Amino acid sequence: MHLFAERRIYSVSEITAEIKRDLEDRYGEVWVKGEISNFRHHSSGHMYFTLKDDRAQVRAACFRGNNTYLRFRPDDGLEVLVRGRVSVYEPRGEYQLIVQYMEPVGVGSLQLAFEQLKEKLRREGLFDAAHKKPLPLLPRKVGIVTSPSGAAIRDILRILDRRNASLDVLLYPASVQGAGAASEIAAGVRYFNTRSDIDVIIVGRGGGSIEDLWAFNEETLARAVFHSVLPVISAVGHEVDYTICDFVADLRAPTPSAAAETVSGAREDLRATVRSLQHRLLGGMSLGLERRRSVLDRLALNRAFNVAPNKVRELQQRFDESTVRLKQAMLGRARELRHRSETLAARLGRVDLGRTLDRRRDALALEVRALEAALRGLVRAKQSRLELAAGKLDALSPLAILERGYAICRAAGGKIIKEAASLSPGDLLDARLARGAVECRVEKVRP
Amino acid sequence: MNIKDFESALKSLEEIVAQLEGGDLTLDRALELFEEGVKISRFCNSKLEEAQRKVEMLTRTAGGNLVETPFAAPEGDEGGAP
Repeated sequence: MHLFAERRIYSVSEITAEIKRDLEDRYGEVWVKGEISNFRHHSSGHMYFTLKDDRAQVRAACFRGNNTYLRFRPDDGLEVLVRGRVSVYEPRGEYQLIVQYMEPVGVGSLQLAFEQLKEKLRREGLFDAAHKKPLPLLPRKVGIVTSPSGAAIRDILRILDRRNASLDVLLYPASVQGAGAASEIAAGVRYFNTRSDIDVIIVGRGGGSIEDLWAFNEETLARAVFHSVLPVISAVGHEVDYTICDFVADLRAPTPSAAAETVSGAREDLRATVRSLQHRLLGGMSLGLERRRSVLDRLALNRAFNVAPNKVRELQQRFDESTVRLKQAMLGRARELRHRSETLAARLGRVDLGRTLDRRRDALALEVRALEAALRGLVRAKQSRLELAAGKLDALSPLAILERGYAICRAAGGKIIKEAASLSPGDLLDARLARGAVECRVEKVRP
Repeated sequence: MNIKDFESALKSLEEIVAQLEGGDLTLDRALELFEEGVKISRFCNSKLEEAQRKVEMLTRTAGGNLVETPFAAPEGDEGGAP
């Protein structure tokens, strides 16, 4: 009996609880290095996995309250260093590590997080070229999301100053680093999308470490940029810095200054394009008039033919009316330009905008002169009484009729013969052909 | 004229110029196109000149509304703080 008297009998719960207490007291907080396997991120938010090396394994759990602060996504095969407590999961009698913190081994956790998010969003198609929106040719107002005290806004405004860009700027002030920065920047992108006067958005900041730039690598900002209806230019740090935001944006500018160049750059080129189109417009019109006049000149030389005079007068009148309208349109343009240059000159007297407006006034004066020269050319072209609608005249032209094989017969007095009965055998006729004429004698009349 | 933005205006102007330069138009049509072209180029010029450079910042009022206030760039050297 006494053999049994010394026995201490535990229930399963008791022994498990005691082991748990001993283990927890014995180890407290430990650091463990191992490879993750059987990783599961439960819908409750908790993470469960096994840590292993080549000879052993230990179960591990990282509860939601701890894993939301992880900057990378744990996954099977990753080598990690974890900090946690040793404990026992009593319902299964298994000991496990309750992980409070972990970081990847070998590669920095930020770098890993960057690669992981980049891969995830790439798979979802957020970087696809098909989603890239074209930038407006001529943006009128640009919305900028950045720090009001940072280098980015300073650089952007300096470039716009230097290029004398006529472009309105609206700054949405946001923190560009630290907790909550990504959400603030994302809110700025969404805010600009609610306005109707913004043509393009720039998000960005000056250079810094990967930690400093981190807000631009966060998913919340990436999604806001992706969902922006307005085109977004990402301008983060220096040329060598690439962020997730750069990949999602419609355009990556290597620096904030480059973004400013992009939104302001096209205007001068476009001015030149419009000027050249105006000159070609005048040139094309003059050319058409010249062509018609030369056809008319050729017709006019054939005075032998009596060209439906009423029709000609009617066409002449219509042509004249059209050219008057044309002239008014062009004079209106010239007047408008002169008026604008005078207005600018007046403003120059009032506000000292310096050589900027001088330049613009000179450009306008040049434009007015070019337009006036073109106008003079057109007016000269119009002075001829013979500027008729040549195409229509061509159809009426007796030359065209003769070309088809007809002849025009005239009696000795030059009168055109329309009825056989007006002639008698023996009369002389003159028959005009397309080329040359013949003299004929009437043999027989068949009225 | 059904032109609302600079892009489509420029495109129409290019098409009109190409048609005028191509010839093969009746005089009436050519004049019609020319007048249209003059109107569009006037529109393009007005668009090119229209914006000044107003720089403003949004600030939140006590009531929580965003208002626009004039903004001047912070002082500083090239580069520097972010």
